Amino acid sequence: MSSETTPLLNAQDVSRRTRTSPLLWRIAGRIGSGALVLWAAVTLSFIAIWLAPGDIVSLLVGEQVSTPAIEAAIRAEWGLDRPLWQQYLSYLWRIVHGDFGRSYMLNTDVGALVASQLLPTLKLTAAALLVSVVFAVLAAAATAHRRIGRSVAGGLELLLASTPSFWLGIVLLFIFSFTLRWFPVAGDRNFAALVLPALSLGLAQGAVMAQVLRRGLEDALDQPFSLTLRAWGVPGTTVRLRHAALPAVTLTGWLVGGLLSGAVITEQVFSRPGLGKITVDAVLAKDMPVVLAVAILSALVYVVMSTLVDILSLLIDPRLRTQAEKE
Amino acid sequence: MPTLSLPLRPARPVPFGLLLSLLFLALLALAAIFPGWLAPADPLLADPLNAMQPPSWQHWLGTDPLGRDLLSRVIYGSRYSLFISVSAIALAVSVGTLLGLLAGLVRGAVDEAIGRTLDVISAFPDLLLALMLIAFTGPGTANLIIALGVASVPRFARMVRAQTFLVARSGYVEQARTFGLPWPVLVWRHVLPHATAQVPALATLGLGTAIIGTAGLSFLGMGPQPPTAEWGLMLAEGRNYLRNAWWTGVWPGVAITLTVVAVSTVGRRWQAKFEGKRP
Repeated sequence: MSSETTPLLNAQDVSRRTRTSPLLWRIAGRIGSGALVLWAAVTLSFIAIWLAPGDIVSLLVGEQVSTPAIEAAIRAEWGLDRPLWQQYLSYLWRIVHGDFGRSYMLNTDVGALVASQLLPTLKLTAAALLVSVVFAVLAAAATAHRRIGRSVAGGLELLLASTPSFWLGIVLLFIFSFTLRWFPVAGDRNFAALVLPALSLGLAQGAVMAQVLRRGLEDALDQPFSLTLRAWGVPGTTVRLRHAALPAVTLTGWLVGGLLSGAVITEQVFSRPGLGKITVDAVLAKDMPVVLAVAILSALVYVVMSTLVDILSLLIDPRLRTQAEKE
Repeated sequence: MPTLSLPLRPARPVPFGLLLSLLFLALLALAAIFPGWLAPADPLLADPLNAMQPPSWQHWLGTDPLGRDLLSRVIYGSRYSLFISVSAIALAVSVGTLLGLLAGLVRGAVDEAIGRTLDVISAFPDLLLALMLIAFTGPGTANLIIALGVASVPRFARMVRAQTFLVARSGYVEQARTFGLPWPVLVWRHVLPHATAQVPALATLGLGTAIIGTAGLSFLGMGPQPPTAEWGLMLAEGRNYLRNAWWTGVWPGVAITLTVVAVSTVGRRWQAKFEGKRP
């Protein structure tokens, strides 16, 4: 990357550029490749519609009785009388502007439908993310290199990671809602209704994360710098939490993907409103515009999260930065 | 607190858990292949007079709202859950190995194209990708297998590609090449076995994920349809009777969890063998 510098710059500028620009270039490159993946995902959805067996109009109509008026509307919306490349460009254009077309089955605009269901799902995913990160960091930091602690926590994590989150939800529902009556059975009215869904969705992911974190943490504690820090009088807890938090950040992208998947089922278990419900209904009814919108949206969330995480870990971890400089 | 912690890993405990897991998996395989030997009753036989009976000596795990014996349904259910997830992983392994080998050997534009395609596939969360595929193909056992299989292709393809890279650069392949071996023989005899050495361990771990995925998608109604005895589907039915019959919502989940614990235990032990080794 230092070849970017031109001989016209003086020595000070050169040194500053070589120090900062590789990092900036890396960040720009990461954003660029994220955008590329997104573009490819949208293109893939366009190709999928065209390659799907059967006529594109009947595919978009879904399992509803089609009328000439609906067919004409679809032809106009998708520009089916124009050449393919124009259809593709207008598809891209619409998606970029947040226009996901129309669901002929529900007779509504997909963008508005998705937007109206976004908040409950985001709430659930964010709460579950909090549950998993807190569980993972605490479990890893409290038990790393402690014989009894790590085998107890290891067993619990194996069990939690092997439990389907929706079944954990069913068990929690039975214990805390039907038997103890502490939490509501269904719906999304208040904070109490969020507790059980967030726990059932977050714990399984948190357990997997805890296992990865503990390994990273134990490797870090084995490094000489940990001993040095302790000798300086830095409390052990601080060292542990800091080095457990680092890999936690890098795992967040993966975690969000898993949580989005899991949210679809969890919403069903707890009869919560949200994207999960409309997704399942759309898949069963073959309402393709809705399915595609949800898929593209989840890819967007995933790509944005993992891009942010990569950039964030580049900023947090000085070791990655020096690697960037060496390149 | 480790005052002078040397980079030693604690000694591996006696693999009692491994033994137990293998035993459980053997029993499960038996249940899946010969369910009639173990199940006390017909899993589809309704008996309205004995509906929603709690666990008893007659019905060890109780009966469901139609009076069907839950133990028999759980035993027969292993068939679907295992068949679907094993087939999905087999599909992912074969396609993934092929793509990984191709990318690792040919490199260049082919490698780039395969790598980018895998990136795009993994940009969709696993379950949502599977749901999207099912939206095109419709629910059902075969479609569920394809959907789950496609979603786990990237994992295997990436691993085989990385290993192929290392193997193709290694001394013994170089030497075999100087002997003038034709390349199909070279790939088949020298590259493939080493590049795929870790695949069975990864596949075992992936099987655990696939079992949970199968159950989840069936729970949503995307897999086998009622009255099939399938674990995820049974949980979907049981969820509605929790208030009066908790057992309907418990046993299939216990079966899934135990199976995944056993599979993961075996898979991890297997994978641990490869740690720190290079092909």
